[in-house]
Amino acid sequence: MTGAEIIAVLETECGSKIKSKSPEAIDPFVVVEPGDLLAVCGVLRDFPRLQFDMLNCITGADYLELDPKKVAKAGFEPHMEVVYHFSSFDQKHRFVVKVMLPRWKDNQPGALPEVPSLTTLFPAADWLEREVFDLSGVNFIGHPDLRRLLLADDWVGHPLRKDYEFPLEYHGIRGR
Amino acid sequence: MATASLMPQDQTIVEFDVRTDEMLVNMGPQHPSTHGVLRLVLRTDGEIVSEVVPHLGYLHRCAEKIGENVLPIQFIPYTDRMDYLAGMNMNLGYALAVEKLCGMKIPPKAQVIRVLVCELNRIASHLVAMGTYGLDLGTFSPFLYAFREREMILDLFEEVCGARLTYSYITIGGVHDDLPDGWIDNCKTFLDYFEPRIPEYHTLLTTNHIFVKRTANIGVCSKELALQYACSGPMLRGSLDRSNGDPDWDLRKIEKYSGYGEYDFNAVLPPFPQKPPEAVIGDCWHRYYVRMLEVVESIKIIRQGLEKYKTAAGSHRVELPKHLPAGEAYVETEAPRGQMGFYVVGSPAKGQVPLRVRARSSSCANLGLAGKICEGCLIADIPAIIGSIDIVMGEIDR
Repeated sequence: MTGAEIIAVLETECGSKIKSKSPEAIDPFVVVEPGDLLAVCGVLRDFPRLQFDMLNCITGADYLELDPKKVAKAGFEPHMEVVYHFSSFDQKHRFVVKVMLPRWKDNQPGALPEVPSLTTLFPAADWLEREVFDLSGVNFIGHPDLRRLLLADDWVGHPLRKDYEFPLEYHGIRGR
Repeated sequence: MATASLMPQDQTIVEFDVRTDEMLVNMGPQHPSTHGVLRLVLRTDGEIVSEVVPHLGYLHRCAEKIGENVLPIQFIPYTDRMDYLAGMNMNLGYALAVEKLCGMKIPPKAQVIRVLVCELNRIASHLVAMGTYGLDLGTFSPFLYAFREREMILDLFEEVCGARLTYSYITIGGVHDDLPDGWIDNCKTFLDYFEPRIPEYHTLLTTNHIFVKRTANIGVCSKELALQYACSGPMLRGSLDRSNGDPDWDLRKIEKYSGYGEYDFNAVLPPFPQKPPEAVIGDCWHRYYVRMLEVVESIKIIRQGLEKYKTAAGSHRVELPKHLPAGEAYVETEAPRGQMGFYVVGSPAKGQVPLRVRARSSSCANLGLAGKICEGCLIADIPAIIGSIDIVMGEIDR
């Protein structure tokens, strides 16, 4: 199925849960609210003609322009995107679902934005969500074991945030 | 007598009374059969492993952060260092993602060269997988044979780009240089030398009685489990069954990127008539054997590619656009270890540096399953299972 057809099926099945759609993008995607993510992904996995049984990738993308001169040109408000890439083994098609989050929960710096975990639907989400939590700083509600995956347990901060400041030293090891 | 009174009445009761404590055993990160710096914490009851917890990150360099700070073409050398046994395939994945984002068309000649070097690299990578797998299981000789042949492939790569491990040869828009004079003949000579050597490996390893005992029916992974954990590559294909109607799950077949649709080759799927009687689909032996047969398919592709190169039109490289467009592109390619994905978010402000680069590691997804299939096996089977997944830590930790 093409991206436009998948979006059409999702719109009939999920209705108003699809917040916006982009069938003409390079990889067609839909945007859903964090609260509707589990329902939409459940339809993606279980609807007979969709059958998205593989969750290939989860990405946390930090949309923030630090250079004040480029802010107007960039054309986006600061926000966090969590991007889910699905593919289907039987139907051999791909699809993308996005969740838009504020950079910080309730605009309080340090409070991680929250999105429901997909581990109940896709076991592959386990390590992917841990990695996004670790590097991009997104809190996955309902994850059974949300620890850092790649960085040390006592690391401070989330390096893939645009405003991350590199530490000058770590346990006596000079950073730069 | 004093000693006699200490003897229990019924010996069997005492036997059942003996209780062993569970023990946590640390394996790695400097363990030779964890293929790099993987650390496993095993919960063991005697020889039986009840839980395996992998700890990652010993080789983490945050390549994704580097990707956000350099030009796309400057990021190519960093992709080499992800899966350092298959640098060409990593280069190709990132180049395809940026080309998809920019909407670039790659001339046929560049595509043929890409397929040639990628398939050679796949052979080299599978040779290392085969050799080190033998090493894990206690046989040293296949490793020497594998490296003898791999050396010749590295010599071919050295002629092409000067590097033997981190090539950076495939760049955005094509390949860095055209093939040098005489390379086609050298490559043919290598294939003619290499092809008759493959039965040697099967004699050394595949049909070796001890090897079969160590791998057959060990670490069995069902197709459903592999799909739930988004496994790919030989890990997934070793669990499929063509006689049950499973499709040819190979991205080179399904998505036909980089002109793979024009080549005549087969996706390698069980059942194999050569399998030993004790092997079952999804075990370590099948994962190993899928790799061995993929080498043969790669030779077929290279032979066709060498013919195609003679008549291929166009240049080996096209110009890069000056600015990255807005938008985003995700590309997965069939690397030796599975589906390697690159996700590139372009620059909304018409800059030159991508806003986000994400690498989806195939080994990482495959290793995520290891904890599941290691449950209940013996400690001695852990190297057999980890080796059959064929992980490269540079790619997992990025």
